[in-house]
Amino acid sequence: MIPFILCLILFLIGLYGIITQKNLIKIIIGLAIMEYSVNLFLIMIGYIEGGTAPIFAEKFHLNNYVDPLPQAMILTAIVIGLATTALLLAMAIRLYRKYGTFDIRKINSLKG
Amino acid sequence: MKGMTIIVRKVTQFIAPIIFLFGLYIVFYGHLTPGGGFAGGVIMASAFILQILANGEILDKLRQEESGLEFLESGAILGFLIIAGLGLIISSSFVFFSNFINKGIVGKLLSAGMIPLENIIVGTEVCAAITTIFIALVVFKDEVAL
Amino acid sequence: MEIYLIIMLILMICGSLFSLHAKDLLSAVISYGIVGFGLVISFLLLQAPDLAIVQVVIEIVTLVIMIAVIKDTTEVQDKQTASFSQFIYLLVLLLFTIAFYLAFDKISGSLSPFGQHTTRMATAYTQGVHETGSANLVTGIVFGFRGYDTLGEATVLFTAVIGVLTILRLKGKKGE
Repeated sequence: MIPFILCLILFLIGLYGIITQKNLIKIIIGLAIMEYSVNLFLIMIGYIEGGTAPIFAEKFHLNNYVDPLPQAMILTAIVIGLATTALLLAMAIRLYRKYGTFDIRKINSLKG
Repeated sequence: MKGMTIIVRKVTQFIAPIIFLFGLYIVFYGHLTPGGGFAGGVIMASAFILQILANGEILDKLRQEESGLEFLESGAILGFLIIAGLGLIISSSFVFFSNFINKGIVGKLLSAGMIPLENIIVGTEVCAAITTIFIALVVFKDEVAL
Repeated sequence: MEIYLIIMLILMICGSLFSLHAKDLLSAVISYGIVGFGLVISFLLLQAPDLAIVQVVIEIVTLVIMIAVIKDTTEVQDKQTASFSQFIYLLVLLLFTIAFYLAFDKISGSLSPFGQHTTRMATAYTQGVHETGSANLVTGIVFGFRGYDTLGEATVLFTAVIGVLTILRLKGKKGE
């Protein structure tokens, strides 16, 4: 049960970064950390002690594999995660070019 | 963007084709060994990224290449849809994504029906998408007005 | 086995904490790499080689893109002063922590302990080697049983790329 709790702590650290940080890049980093922790949590649920990687081979019994379903789901989620991070970074570039800063307080005060 | 020194360029000339070949291997053996379309596509894209980073001057020429990459990417999605639709039309079960080609023996390279084809198409799509994202974020960010 | 995973997770937590509190952005991004590469090793420990291959390359590409973005920005972060809004943020964080902890406590009862998972839903998938003909079970699920998910993923990736190009490309292609 300890790995699950550590995973929850990692998720909460990402949330802490999003809520308290003022720098756009650090907010993006916090979001990515949350995504990583969720990926790791779902993979840990499917782990079986002593199981092998889900590659079919004749000499293993079929019940000895770790659960392949979460792995297949997370495989697509990782690639989508890169795309969304790139989208957020593109928005950060535009904001930096317009206001000359990554600090969201200054961006907020310049909006008038 | 400035390129790097002659040593980095020469090493890149040797390494980048090997990385690209490794990506192709991962894609083609995706139904037998760990890997598949996603992993292989990202590895192939990293070969292009290495070339762009080492030879910085070719960036100015790359401003025209982005439409070709978009064509590749949207064409790959269309190919995926066509393969999925073929299962609806040709196969006897009339199901989307129906695997109607002969399965073969598990463990051989030419097996698993349509899965190698889908691996190749998804690999192309992921490679084109990540290269486009990289070119956009590194090259076009200078275009944004101050 | 479990002890290695716990060590990796503690390393990842330390890396993420340092990343959020670093003085300049470059060291923040570099120490964010600790989290990603720790995730790679965790995937290998959890018997997921497909994910480890994808994650290691994705992490490198993410780091290169992030460093390219912050490369020519020169900004020193201001010292964060204790203010009323800071207090509100911490209060909100505390509320979220309590909510997530309660939710976790509720689901952890139905969760089997670490390493003693029983495959209920995936049993048909693991037996389905001869249906898809693919020796790699993960590829068989991604393209065979769950092809719709992959189609949706390709569409989302395409949309994100179009979004990046739309945001960053102000001049038209004809150079107007």
